[in-house]
Amino acid sequence: MNSLLRFVFYGVFIRLVVLIVLGLNVRHRERLPKAGPAIIVANHNSHLDTMVLMSLFPLSLLPKLHPVAAMDYFLTSGFFSWFTVKVVGILPIKRTVSRGDDNPLAPCNQAIADGQLLIIFPEGSRGEPEQMQSLKGGIARLAESNPTVPVTPVFLHGLGKALPKGETVLVPFFCDVFVGEPLPWTGDRRSYMRQLDERMRQLAAEGNFPSWE
Amino acid sequence: MQFHVGTNVLVALGGLYGILLIASVWVAILRWSEPEKDRTELIQRVSSWWVIVSVFTAAMLMSRNVSVGFFAFVSFLALKEYFSIIPTRRADRRVLFWAYLVIPVQYYWVAQAWYGMFIIFVPVYVFLLLPMRMVIIGETKEFLRAAGTLHWGIMTLVFGISHIAYLLVLPEDKNPAGGSAGLVLFLIFLTEFNDVSQYVWGKTLGRNKIIPKVSPNKTWEGFLGGVATTTVLSVLLSSWLTPMSYQVALMAGLLISTAGFIGDVTISALKRDIGLKDSGSMLPGHGGILDRIDSLTYTAPLFFHFIYYLYY
Repeated sequence: MNSLLRFVFYGVFIRLVVLIVLGLNVRHRERLPKAGPAIIVANHNSHLDTMVLMSLFPLSLLPKLHPVAAMDYFLTSGFFSWFTVKVVGILPIKRTVSRGDDNPLAPCNQAIADGQLLIIFPEGSRGEPEQMQSLKGGIARLAESNPTVPVTPVFLHGLGKALPKGETVLVPFFCDVFVGEPLPWTGDRRSYMRQLDERMRQLAAEGNFPSWE
Repeated sequence: MQFHVGTNVLVALGGLYGILLIASVWVAILRWSEPEKDRTELIQRVSSWWVIVSVFTAAMLMSRNVSVGFFAFVSFLALKEYFSIIPTRRADRRVLFWAYLVIPVQYYWVAQAWYGMFIIFVPVYVFLLLPMRMVIIGETKEFLRAAGTLHWGIMTLVFGISHIAYLLVLPEDKNPAGGSAGLVLFLIFLTEFNDVSQYVWGKTLGRNKIIPKVSPNKTWEGFLGGVATTTVLSVLLSSWLTPMSYQVALMAGLLISTAGFIGDVTISALKRDIGLKDSGSMLPGHGGILDRIDSLTYTAPLFFHFIYYLYY
């Protein structure tokens, strides 16, 4: 039942919104992973980011496709957490760790071991619309534990204009999706984060975006 | 099967597919005679034309209201593309939402055939209301630029394009040959064919640049060749699809070809200002939707008022 709901939600509703109300300009779509396990890393400006990334993949991959999301934000109330976990299909993780907790990334490692495709926003939150914040290091830990799994960076533009944090009215804009080459594990976390950051900036520089101030 | 459009329109639509077939055969011959040359853009352009013509045919044949809705959707896509490529202000997010709402309202007047409201709604009411909405938000930095760009987009892409749809609701009996769908087909076919023939004449004979600062590839030879071709076609097609006499059709041909050129270079100037080659990537080989309807933003209102004044 839930998986049928999820299929209708992403296959019909989200696709209509993403392709007709918004409209995408996708560059290098062929670089997206075609099977799991895989990690997709993107910048984060809007709740729509997840919806756009999910709609880039064929529906056959839907059961294996999960956005990693903050437990403290998405698992607050009963209905909301049912919706986000069962329909949206998030993989909830803890954003803050206290002493004595298990590794907060353990669920991610488990999902990767199960051949799933994870969508991760290393900025941690949506922040100011259309401005990239510094990337958090969890993604490097994940890559270190799973050095053979491809990590594909994706740069998104325009979704922070369409539906920024704190707004409820969706204003249509065409959105840009630039897919980068998968980033291989570099051997240590610091250089990995530097390269990921560099890769995201290169992707952002491919676009010629109008000002929005 | 009974269509709400007349036989002449059906035959003319069939003619469009004939032209597409010729274009596809011609491209195939080019590929066969010079296989080493890269013709990706030409091939993409012709296949996009097949899609455009098929969607257009379907929209025209279903019902009048579907056809009106189709042009409303074209306005929506064009306005969205415009708002996505121009600089906008963060403060105006809600104002842009209002701007999108203009589309269903404007096309509602069209569907109701309420001419008075159709003709003043955007130039008077929207023109006055949107700046008011902006003032309520209160951001004054770049206020004039924002109000100006917003209104220019709504005028060209909603008000201008809605004139095509209004042709559909004009009284059928004034045009026994083609009916109102005949006028739409006449306008769109001549405008788009004019684009293609100006391009082809320019490619084969082009020497003298006509407006190098805006559009370096446009030439006098292309422009004049297009005007001549379009005017001849206008005279040939007029009795089949429109109520125009040959003399009037000659003037309509000159009007559509000249206005089409001006619409084309006006959108080129906009893209050059922003620093873009194409307005989008919706139509492979053409670019965005604005790249395809640029000429129509001028020909639609001008042809509408030309024919409306003379015959309705």
